[in-house]
Amino acid sequence: MDFIRPTSLAEALRAKAEVPEAVPIAGGTDVMVELNFDRRRPPALLDLNAVGEIAKWSEVDGRIRLGAAVPYVRVIDELGDRLPGLAMAARTVGSPQIRNRGTVGGNLAAASPAGDSHPPLLASDAVVEVASVRGTRTIPITEFYLGVKRSALEPDELITAVLLPPADGPQQFSKVGTRNAMVIAVCSFAVALHPASGTVGTGLGSAAPTPRRAPEAEDYIAGELSALWQSPAPLADSVLRRFGELVGAAAQPIDDVRGSAAYRRHALAVLARRTLGWAWHDYCEGRVTACA
Amino acid sequence: MRVKFTVNGEERTADDVWEGESLLYVLRERLGLPGAKNACEQGECGSCTVYLDDTPVCACLVAAGQVQDREVRTVEGLGSEEELDPVQQAFIERGAVQCGFCTPGLIVAAHDLIRRNPCPKDAEIREALAGNLCRCTGYEKIIDAVHTAAAHSRGEATS
Repeated sequence: MDFIRPTSLAEALRAKAEVPEAVPIAGGTDVMVELNFDRRRPPALLDLNAVGEIAKWSEVDGRIRLGAAVPYVRVIDELGDRLPGLAMAARTVGSPQIRNRGTVGGNLAAASPAGDSHPPLLASDAVVEVASVRGTRTIPITEFYLGVKRSALEPDELITAVLLPPADGPQQFSKVGTRNAMVIAVCSFAVALHPASGTVGTGLGSAAPTPRRAPEAEDYIAGELSALWQSPAPLADSVLRRFGELVGAAAQPIDDVRGSAAYRRHALAVLARRTLGWAWHDYCEGRVTACA
Repeated sequence: MRVKFTVNGEERTADDVWEGESLLYVLRERLGLPGAKNACEQGECGSCTVYLDDTPVCACLVAAGQVQDREVRTVEGLGSEEELDPVQQAFIERGAVQCGFCTPGLIVAAHDLIRRNPCPKDAEIREALAGNLCRCTGYEKIIDAVHTAAAHSRGEATS
């Protein structure tokens, strides 16, 4: 096995082009488990810890450009106001030690349906920026996930950043698990209100072969809210419940050790109803963004 | 491969390191620092918690090559036999140790918490130690110890 330690993005991309089977490692929270348990023996590890370009975030053309190797702890500490949904999800990742190392870029690269970053990225219409020696391209988040642990990333590409708009309305995230820490989601759900466009974004985790949105639920609730954005009033329980049902219906869950398909579908409906209720309550109270 | 890094203030070199090896293995098996414990090897238990460049991490999830030219501080680097760190002293005083296996990781995690938050509340302690499993004590004594250590540390703020 080789250990490649580039100190710039250009160097990292050249290495990835030369050895496409090299496994990128940043926080190591997924990759090292596979190595420790003899599940994976790649020809090389490509250490991204010294690639400064992907370890920072900035605001570019009104969007947040979150470098792929920024650890969760920084998303929580530095972006809780601008990306509240993602920051809430980040707070539920693993433990402090894991959040100090794990990254959104790694979550995307692993493309597990249970990854905690995915639902808020979907709800906010994020775009994944990937690069190779051939150039840089962007992939809309809905086109990024192709299957269980499969993504649209080509073998010679590295994820460099994720681009997403700062919150223009309240956002929420909720996750079901056996305890608060160190939990792989049984299921999870994110919602983002977009008052400017009169739309609502959703994201479902551990609910299908890939993370996904619930388009029918989004259309339904956008219709119900259309008359309310200007004069906010509490939502009828029947509306919240219908939204939850449509989210549950968008799921295509499986039975596994963490939960049954029927439980997941039910729990997603509950999470959707509650998170929408919280987010709408925040909107009615005039709080544009929820605190992470 | 050869990995050179600073451990507890001392420059150390490990040779014949396998490229997929963890920092934990290097510390325990190559550098004779068995303080960080090897248990789950998947970041679940926190018993291998060490500082990497002043940030607590699970040493089992750091590839050895990633620490080249960086700084690692293990539980061995927190106090000396003559003068224990306030966190170590508090764990003894409060009986927060039974089998002792989880203790080094908890000491490092608690040490980091108290640095960042000199007056942690119960909920903050539970949150900060959520990545460290103890299967003996039931955590109550550990939480007592963190409160005690925080009090000691506040009293010794000038030292």
